[in-house]
Amino acid sequence: MTALLQVDGVSKRFRGLRAVQDVRFSVAAGQVFAVIGPNGAGKTTLFNMIAGVFRPDEGAITFAGARIDGEPPDAVCRRGIGRTFQIVRPFPGLTVHENVVVGALLRHPRAAEAGAHADAILEKLDLIDKRDVPAASLTLPDRKRLEVARALATGPKLLLLDEVMAGLRPTETDRMVHILAGLNAETGLTIVLIEHVMRAVMALAQRVLVLHHGAVIADDAPAAVVRDPAVIKSYLGTEALG
Amino acid sequence: MPLDIYLNVIVSGVLTGLVYGLMALGLSVIFGVIRVVNFAHGEMMAVAMYIAVVLFSSFGLDPLLMMVPIAIVLFAFGYLLQARLINLFIDRPEHTQFMLLVAVAIIIVNTLLMIFGPDAQSVQTSYAYDSFQVGPLIVDATKAYAGIAAVAVSAALFAFFRFAPIGQAIRACADNHTGALVVGLNVNRLYALTFGIGAACVGAAGAMIVLFIDVTPALGPAYTLLAFVIVITGGLGSMPGALLGGVLIGVTEAVAGLLFSPSAKSMFSFALLVLVLLFRPQGLLGTAQR
Amino acid sequence: MRALLFGGIPARGWTLLLGSALALLLLPLVASDYLLTVLILIFYFAFVGQAWNIMTGFAGQLSLGHALYVGLGAYAASALYVHFGIGPWIGMLAAVVLSALVGAALGFLAFRFGVGGVYFAILTIAFAEFARIGFDHLSWVGGSSGLFLPVAQFSRNELWHLRGHPLMFYYLMLALAALALIVCRGLLRSRLGFYWQAIREDEPAARALGIDTFRCKMIAVVISAAMTSVGGVVFAFYYNNLFPEQVFSIARSIEIILGPFIGGVGTLIGPIAGAFLITGVSEGLIELLTGVGLAVPGAKQVFYGICLLAVIVLMPNGVWPPLAAALGLKRGKPRR
Repeated sequence: MTALLQVDGVSKRFRGLRAVQDVRFSVAAGQVFAVIGPNGAGKTTLFNMIAGVFRPDEGAITFAGARIDGEPPDAVCRRGIGRTFQIVRPFPGLTVHENVVVGALLRHPRAAEAGAHADAILEKLDLIDKRDVPAASLTLPDRKRLEVARALATGPKLLLLDEVMAGLRPTETDRMVHILAGLNAETGLTIVLIEHVMRAVMALAQRVLVLHHGAVIADDAPAAVVRDPAVIKSYLGTEALG
Repeated sequence: MPLDIYLNVIVSGVLTGLVYGLMALGLSVIFGVIRVVNFAHGEMMAVAMYIAVVLFSSFGLDPLLMMVPIAIVLFAFGYLLQARLINLFIDRPEHTQFMLLVAVAIIIVNTLLMIFGPDAQSVQTSYAYDSFQVGPLIVDATKAYAGIAAVAVSAALFAFFRFAPIGQAIRACADNHTGALVVGLNVNRLYALTFGIGAACVGAAGAMIVLFIDVTPALGPAYTLLAFVIVITGGLGSMPGALLGGVLIGVTEAVAGLLFSPSAKSMFSFALLVLVLLFRPQGLLGTAQR
Repeated sequence: MRALLFGGIPARGWTLLLGSALALLLLPLVASDYLLTVLILIFYFAFVGQAWNIMTGFAGQLSLGHALYVGLGAYAASALYVHFGIGPWIGMLAAVVLSALVGAALGFLAFRFGVGGVYFAILTIAFAEFARIGFDHLSWVGGSSGLFLPVAQFSRNELWHLRGHPLMFYYLMLALAALALIVCRGLLRSRLGFYWQAIREDEPAARALGIDTFRCKMIAVVISAAMTSVGGVVFAFYYNNLFPEQVFSIARSIEIILGPFIGGVGTLIGPIAGAFLITGVSEGLIELLTGVGLAVPGAKQVFYGICLLAVIVLMPNGVWPPLAAALGLKRGKPRR
């Protein structure tokens, strides 16, 4: 099975700091792939390089057979990668519906169709009854789902989710997991997620990558990663063994 | 053209530029600490100049002697403006703060127009036509005094921020707003103090510059723009940068006025602004953090 | 296209729109010449305010030097008329092209180099000032002594040459203002309009949704500049004299933004409501002051400044959103 996303020997430095060092992994189409690790491990930097915010100093990023490293964020999105931000960025002056329409317009250039598509996405993400509410007045869990809805509206083949469970209570986390699992199962959407909430990782991921100080220390199925001594030492702690 | 003339023009430009620099220093301080873009800066300078004119024409008081009282008046104005009005807008978006000061600027300029009319007013001191001869250089007394005064005030300002506890507190606010709050500094009061200090710089600069430049209400917006050109060229938030930028602009204007026509000199300042914004937006001495 | 331009307006909105339109069309039957000139001014500010609103209100790029495009339009068409006898409607094409190019240059310089926010605003001021001083030295268009258009008697209205009674200008400006409203509505509800608002709200987030923000911002600047210059052409042929000091001055730029600011930046009716309010009230004030003998230079601008201050402090979203709510119209367009 050829990989949908291939990251090869990617590194990034910020002045003196090596944020990401020689990271290598691949994500198959339809897979749910998690990236975990302590804070400062380079996870968001890695995402930002895939999403086109930064250009890697070394290495290559290939998506659907084409090299995408160094392309700007809008070009990356047009290729079929959607992303959310760690600190959510809704368009505060627009309604929930209008927020998603902005995303939908990418593949549905006519405003009417985009509107219909946006409504369909809002249904899936359980936001349809807040359709005409200004985004600025949403609660955090709703904002997180809006962020996902908006990225989803661009019709991506791969969705990058950056700590989308952060700040959610367990019931809300489960709700989000349910939605994401549903999307993956029904549409074959490939999902790569950065996560600290292990509950979500274990429930969703088919494969887990562990970063520490910018380097990969594990790349395996969730059950194996959770038992890996290096991972336990650097991140999970012995309680994770349960 | 003989070298002498260039030299004289350049020296004249440097001296004028020092006063410009002091004005821009005020703007730099305000922006560096409060992060508010003071669009009424030049207008405050015009106010200071008019006060000097009135004091001179009514009481014969030399502007240089009146520099401190005028600076104090402007300080009070700046303090109140920040404390009563701008502080309410600290959390609002940049555009709103900017427009607030645009409104204040409009009110100031046109109030001056209503009171004084559009004609130029000047201060003719007893030494207005004196000059010093230093070798081939002939330096206007007014500009020499103004330049020296500008350097003195700037030095005092640097010392204040370096050594005085309040000055250090203000710098702390600038570096880290939240940290300053956490440590218990009364940030709003410090902001008001800062704006007052910035305004005082403008007040002093105005008192100096009126010695050799005639004031009209239109000077307000012109100086606001000039202050921005200087601060952006020198580096937003950098105090030495403001002075350096001032001297640079002063010399550019003087030389351009000599080579081309006097009215075209602002065009060069704008061209410089465009170049700086495009190629080195942090300015000559600024830190690259936009 | 019809749905885009005319769809989605509630019944009450239609009533108000058509009622106002009718009233304005019939007004000249009862209005004095003076009132007509005031209204022409109002329609003019509504028109250029709408044009400005595209760049600043929709796309979020603050322009404080919009007089640049008014001046370029005015001078381009006037110079062609004075020197070559070319009528203003043809001259308008030249004006639009010139302004669009200058706008594109400004936009390109700014956006390629990441100049935004307040720095961008300062850049717009610098460009306008540059033009002001530049045109002062341009003898082909009269320099600082000004450019004068030949004024014929108003024996008949010549729409082709824009020579005629104020009544002609009244209907012309009204038509332009109405057209501007329709065009802006169409733009705002289109894909481009949504993209502009996204850029205004959060540019990096917009990029992450596949929006080519550079291209969208450029389009906003060019459309805004081109539209504004049309106003400039009419301005030139209405007043028949142009002085760089006046036409490009920062006071003109501020007058342009007053309407939208007071009415509501980023809304469709804001620039219109604001133009009515600010021009209507200020003209009334001038009448009052003249009657009392206090109409000194600067009084009107002080009034403008106070109004602007009041709006920023008390009603930062402008007068129109609360007014629209009070009139029972659907929730207004998004604000900043």
